[in-house]
Amino acid sequence: MVVPFVYAFNILNLYFFMFRIMVLLILKTKFERERTMDGIIDIKDLCFRYSQENEKLDLSHVDLHVNEGEWLAVIGHNGSGKSTLAKAIDGLIEPESGEIFVDGQKLTEESLWNIRKKIGMVFQNPDNQFVGADVEGDVAFGLENQGIEREEMHIRVKEALQVVNMQDFAKHEPVRLSGGQKQRVAIAGVLALRPKIVIFDESTSMLDPEGRMQIISLIKQMNREEGFTVISITHDIDEASLADRVVVVDDGKIMGDSLPEELFQKGNELIDLGLDVPYPQRLKFELNKRGIQTPSEYMDEGSMVNWLSRSILKN
Amino acid sequence: MDKMLLGRYINGESLIHHLDPRGKLFLSFYFIVIVFLCNNWETYVLMAAMVMLFVKLSDISLGFFIKGVRPLIWLILFTVLLQIFFSSGGQVFWHFGPFTITDQGLINGVFVFCRFVLIIFMSTLLTLTTTPIEISDGLESLLKPLTKIKVPVYEIALMLSIALRFVPTLMDETTKIMNAQRARGVNFGEGNLLKQIKSVIPLLIPLFVSSFNRAEDLATAMEARGYHGGEGRTKYREQEWRKNDTLAVILFIALTGALIFLRN
Repeated sequence: MVVPFVYAFNILNLYFFMFRIMVLLILKTKFERERTMDGIIDIKDLCFRYSQENEKLDLSHVDLHVNEGEWLAVIGHNGSGKSTLAKAIDGLIEPESGEIFVDGQKLTEESLWNIRKKIGMVFQNPDNQFVGADVEGDVAFGLENQGIEREEMHIRVKEALQVVNMQDFAKHEPVRLSGGQKQRVAIAGVLALRPKIVIFDESTSMLDPEGRMQIISLIKQMNREEGFTVISITHDIDEASLADRVVVVDDGKIMGDSLPEELFQKGNELIDLGLDVPYPQRLKFELNKRGIQTPSEYMDEGSMVNWLSRSILKN
Repeated sequence: MDKMLLGRYINGESLIHHLDPRGKLFLSFYFIVIVFLCNNWETYVLMAAMVMLFVKLSDISLGFFIKGVRPLIWLILFTVLLQIFFSSGGQVFWHFGPFTITDQGLINGVFVFCRFVLIIFMSTLLTLTTTPIEISDGLESLLKPLTKIKVPVYEIALMLSIALRFVPTLMDETTKIMNAQRARGVNFGEGNLLKQIKSVIPLLIPLFVSSFNRAEDLATAMEARGYHGGEGRTKYREQEWRKNDTLAVILFIALTGALIFLRN
């Protein structure tokens, strides 16, 4: 009499067990899908301090979300923690608390090298990131680290140097290159690794105006045409104005998150945020001070010239 | 200062330039060993002839090699004089206290001089025809067997190549700091020895600080580009062992044979 009951109970149990697994699986995939749809980088409640003796946090409770294919500019004063933030995303420093997700994967000790493959970083000093003896050797450095075959390396190095227009300098030593050329080599080194995200940590700040404009247009090309997600940490207004979104960091905290147009209307406040204010914006401010009405939206040099010419015609 | 450390390599397309750096390195060391087989005029003439042949093949003027001897000339003269004054045997020409000059001593002195010049010419040939980075790559592959006894050969080679890459950068920096300190009234290379040593301090401290900063930046950049030790790394630069390299080795074996035959 008992046997069929046990039998039935077991079958029921089995069904129930399968049902539970199904629910778990569905939940899990749904959860993961949500997370990947969430953005390519997600930072939740990140805290960091350089030394345990510091009372103040160098990054305090940072929440940041970066969409795939987006160009995010991070601005702030020297020592505001913006470079620290970039280093935390690449796992170059270990946070005190909080979580970082890159491309749906949580940054841990195990996933570290895998995540670094997805992120390329270009730093500030052109000299201090040139590892190779010559241009092609430097571009190949990251590839060598990943253990990629020599034939494949040659192809990728050549391609990357073509993108940054440095193919004629393949055999040059770093001493024979300008700062801007060295930064282009650094970018080629990143491109050869084919990451999803490229972080520019004040990469234009040590360059002359020409080199700076070349690098900025290269960043633009990488973001708009080749679909890289770009995070650029910068003081440079031209760089920030090209971004899709600007985040202001101050004192280790995220103080604002806005479109570049909105931000640049703030005029002289921008200096307090750690940006060098662009000339048209300063001109507008000065005109306003003298009682001349100017349009309130952000204007670059070209549109400022247009507006000025038109307003002269009116009078 | 730059010339002393790095500027030795002379670009060229000669036979010697195109030899495999591993072979060149090994044979240069080997040459130093077989120079000690020489003990009479025939052997020294043979070796000198070989070295002159290599110099000719390298397409580099003899002047560069002679320049290579110059910094060591005092060491050479000192050793030669030791040989001349303290060798015994043969006919005595002159005698004073512990010093004696004999014909054997004079001959020994000339031999020692030749030995030095031959070795310096050969090592100069190596550095003139091989880029520093080739030398460091060559060393890496020659030392590879040592990885078995846990010698970090990859790391040493990488360190060496990074050091070589940074020499010109640091030289530039030195010049900049020197100029900056001159502008503040420091006199380099003037006054007595103590003063000169003192004047180096305001040069060394900023240089140290900045090279530490550079090292830290570089380490971060290397880590960001996925460097995690020598394991599993591939090499971009290729070393190719060609027919000429084998011929060079055969030539050296023949040379050794000839030396053993000719020496007494």
